[in-house]
Amino acid sequence: MAKVAVPTSSNLYRGAPSARRSGEMADSSTLSISPEVRSGEPFPERELLDAYKTMVLARATDERCLSLQRQGRIGFYAPLMGQEAAQVGASRAVTAQDWVFPAYRELAVALARGVPLRSVFDQLLGNAEDQIKGRQMPNHFGFRDINFVVASSPIGTQITQAVGAAMAAQRRKDAIVTITFFGDGATSSNDFHAGLNFAGVFRAPTIFFCQNNQWAISLPRERQTRSATLAEKAAAYGVPGVVVDGNDLDAVYGAVRSARDRAISGGGPTMIEAEVYRFGPHSTSDDPKRYRSDDEVAAARERDPIARLRSRLVAAGGWSDESDRALWDAVRQQVLHTFEAAEKVPPIPARTMFDDVFAHLTPRLEEERATYDSLLREGVEKP
Amino acid sequence: MTEMNLVQAVNRTLHEAMREDPDVLVLGEDVGVNGGVFRATDGLFQEFGADRVIDTPLSETGIIGAAIGMALYGLKPVAEIQFLDFIYPAFDQIVSELAKFRYRSGGQYPAHVVIRTPYGGGIKGGLYHSQSTEAYFCHTAGLQVVVPSTPADARGLLRTAIHGEDPVLFLEPKRIYRSMTGEVPEGDVRVPFGQARLVREGADVSVFAYGAMIPPATEAAETLESEGISAEVIDLRSLVPLDEAAVIASVEKTGRAVIVHEAARFCGFGAELAAVLAEKAFYSLRAPVARVTGYDTPFPYALENAYLPNAGRIAHTVRATVRAA
Repeated sequence: MAKVAVPTSSNLYRGAPSARRSGEMADSSTLSISPEVRSGEPFPERELLDAYKTMVLARATDERCLSLQRQGRIGFYAPLMGQEAAQVGASRAVTAQDWVFPAYRELAVALARGVPLRSVFDQLLGNAEDQIKGRQMPNHFGFRDINFVVASSPIGTQITQAVGAAMAAQRRKDAIVTITFFGDGATSSNDFHAGLNFAGVFRAPTIFFCQNNQWAISLPRERQTRSATLAEKAAAYGVPGVVVDGNDLDAVYGAVRSARDRAISGGGPTMIEAEVYRFGPHSTSDDPKRYRSDDEVAAARERDPIARLRSRLVAAGGWSDESDRALWDAVRQQVLHTFEAAEKVPPIPARTMFDDVFAHLTPRLEEERATYDSLLREGVEKP
Repeated sequence: MTEMNLVQAVNRTLHEAMREDPDVLVLGEDVGVNGGVFRATDGLFQEFGADRVIDTPLSETGIIGAAIGMALYGLKPVAEIQFLDFIYPAFDQIVSELAKFRYRSGGQYPAHVVIRTPYGGGIKGGLYHSQSTEAYFCHTAGLQVVVPSTPADARGLLRTAIHGEDPVLFLEPKRIYRSMTGEVPEGDVRVPFGQARLVREGADVSVFAYGAMIPPATEAAETLESEGISAEVIDLRSLVPLDEAAVIASVEKTGRAVIVHEAARFCGFGAELAAVLAEKAFYSLRAPVARVTGYDTPFPYALENAYLPNAGRIAHTVRATVRAA
């Protein structure tokens, strides 16, 4: 195996403990960072403020939803706090025609692709305007109009699907890529390995975007795998891998752009590991104090991607503490008002439960719906 | 009309579908250059090339996951799982993903994947090349499960599957791939899902079967004819959706029901059929519903002939049912 130096570009992440370990291992020819992957261009300067606003919107939504869940106004929530730069950076590096295969923590990806917050809240509530008709838990949304495939709860299953869609695009000669989002836990799943293997064999134009947020519910990254990095797993499948600082918008954007360019030009897939930290619980059903210390979280929050971008914007001029406060106030108001409006929408009618199992109702489903209707008429079921 | 066997009918149908629609493609293990271990995909690679007849790595979850992605994108993948016994690495993709995509997306993302897979015993395949585990899949909302028992139905059902809108598990009774031939029609002749086939008319008892159990069920009915018992044989063809109307109508006529499948008895498909009859044809029944099935053991290699229902066992149970009342 060719010996490859660890890139020195400032865009590539060199701060994480695991990346340091992989740097040491580079001497023994084990690579986590592949020569094919260039550091890429930085995030476009003129879009920085817009990206910042999306990140703030995602954070304000997270904070509001955690509180709404405690008040019993929504049933569940999975926050992404700490992963905003990774999600927005990656989203801005692909196009509207590219397909996203998300996990269930990708709120900022949806927002960055232009999903109205109201649609997210309609899904959170499962109300009559929910585009997925109240079929799934909060956070498991999907929006065909922006090529954001509907998420599921099983871990990693979207990965092989992203590869299949990329193979289909290849077959149709469409110049698009698929990008799949998953976490550190998913790198232990069947579909991660099958997906990388298929993508390698078929040179599928897929970007494997792993948000390594260090925790798979209670399992720390070190217990997920003995590998020094997650990205180096791609090497076994002949797929280039790269580790980036997920809190660095430039690093994320550059890596994804570079991966996209290579994929579009027939160079095949890339795996990108974005090192981030999950500030919040796995979900509102989780108490992270059982398995990690407040000190660890506080240390991670020192690297908050939103604070980092704010400092950069202020330093560049044209942004101030005052404008920042005004933005946060406005966004918090927007989040609250949007949620309250969604709350006023009536619930989804129960008899829609039988739709979309198949394109058309089977006789059995027709019969079950008729049974339900008669239970309603008799007052056994309440509307 | 052309005379051919069941696996030839599958092969011909795949050729036709791929000629008719450039979005149809085939993927699976050994389906390309090798033409499939049962030769069901023979010649496709030569005619349509590696882009449309895809030899995949050995990973069922990869095959079905990739097929789902292709279907979401708009292609019509026909995935082959080499044996039903090997489908379980893809079980998550099938029951958690494929079956639920249309539903969980509120209709935004239908996933029209056809999964073809040989199933069942009688080929000396032992534990892992013989099982008949259709019930796992019938239990999952969102999957259609069909089983042909004749070359014509193989073509007609497969055409419906490929030109349809929803996922299909297409179970091929490998034991009768080559054991008989039949006339197969030309043109766009489709067998709609949810329509059972009357194999043989009878007055005293209804025998419900599918797939590789149709030949022994028919043989049993012929034997019983000479004993003065008139058995009706119905090939369900489509397990989901089920032709309940045909099942009920037959029992309303005969007053007796015997269900035959090679799958294990406990929670097998026959349990659902028996429940349908209990719920909807109870007052037509003159005798208890009986089942002739595989035993509740793993599939035994050296003893497969003892395990699998045969004409003698079926006739025995039918006789007892008719004599019961």
